[in-house]
Amino acid sequence: MSDIKSRGYANADKLVSTDWVAAHLNDTGVRIIESNEDPLLYPSGHLPGAVEVDWVKDLNDPLRRDYLDRAGFEALAGRIGISPETTVIFYGDKSNWWATYALWVFELFGHTNAKIMDGGRLKWAEEGRELTREKPDIGPTSYTAPERDDSQVRAFRDGVLAHIEAGGQLVDVRSPGEFSGETLHMPGYPQEGAVRGGHIPGASSVPWSRAANEDGTFKNAAELRAIYLDEIGLNPEEPTIAYCRIGERSSHTWFVLTNLLGFGDVRNYDGSWTEWGNSVGLPIEK
Amino acid sequence: MTALPPKLQDYLDDFSFITTREERADFLIDIADSFQPVPARVASKPYDEAHRVIGCESEAFVWAVERADGRLDYYFDVLNPQGLSAMAMSAILDEACSGAPLEQVANISGDVVFAFFGRDISMGKGRGLTELINAVVYHARQRL
Repeated sequence: MSDIKSRGYANADKLVSTDWVAAHLNDTGVRIIESNEDPLLYPSGHLPGAVEVDWVKDLNDPLRRDYLDRAGFEALAGRIGISPETTVIFYGDKSNWWATYALWVFELFGHTNAKIMDGGRLKWAEEGRELTREKPDIGPTSYTAPERDDSQVRAFRDGVLAHIEAGGQLVDVRSPGEFSGETLHMPGYPQEGAVRGGHIPGASSVPWSRAANEDGTFKNAAELRAIYLDEIGLNPEEPTIAYCRIGERSSHTWFVLTNLLGFGDVRNYDGSWTEWGNSVGLPIEK
Repeated sequence: MTALPPKLQDYLDDFSFITTREERADFLIDIADSFQPVPARVASKPYDEAHRVIGCESEAFVWAVERADGRLDYYFDVLNPQGLSAMAMSAILDEACSGAPLEQVANISGDVVFAFFGRDISMGKGRGLTELINAVVYHARQRL
């Protein structure tokens, strides 16, 4: 894959290469974080010095359907040994699907000094780079975070409703079968999550994985523009909302639109189809 | 009520003593390390799609080969090199079910996935691993 800087991204600084990470493994200003779907991957071998952030146990409120609160984030940040000044590098499985999700949650707490290792875990492993089972000896830090700010990059049900009533841009990043209402889940996933199938009226369908190459790296800006601007006609100047089933796949698209294509106002609707498709009275298209 | 294959019950008993996520992961990784893909005498790539486990995102395949006594030997492959959970589940099923009485194998519930992997496993992982078990159970039931 070509050099990241040459791919024409709006904010190329949000991506780092495996070479860059390899050169910063011992950089005290950098914390490398692995976030996966498969809970066995990190303990089976991770980048030297990397810590794990688990999407279930670390990022979610244990009781309510919501993300962790300020105290929870401060505790997490302290455990993984970061300060507000730390450059955080996320990587993981599935073309960095879960890494972008973690990055998005960190952004809710204003930790925007965060980047993605392009290609994720698979690219690092396939390049024959070192993986270790040794957990890093991290000294806990004291991190003072602001209150979680849901107003900038997160969308809620009522906001989505107002957005579509105003004719706003909406991207459904689920599989074509989910978008059409043929299935209530992504291929290979269980038939659960919503009692109605279909999509939010006015949404355009672009499955999240179209933004990634076979090797898990991101497509270049021209290829991404061809998909999101030319094919479905998104306007980077207009507010845009992305959604999927629970907001994890759409965090990948949120990352692409915001950082790689430079859209000015993109929100991730994490309630997504499991909220919309279960809500009484909300409009649905098939 | 028909019993489970004894070796599977042994595994379940061992996992019942696990108290931490780390301990569970270490145990499962050790098991995954013992995974042996299907030998060439049984199948070679590209595999017949009829043996693919539908719903397993780690691209798992299952074969069942009948022994002289009518019981089955089970063979597996997992094409996703990062499919560690599928490899661990395959290794457990191989050791516990190969040569076991068919009625015991047919009695296995997909819910045992949660005994091995815990309740926090994602929906996708849970579904794929359950389908792996279902594939083994299917072969046993076909011969009863």
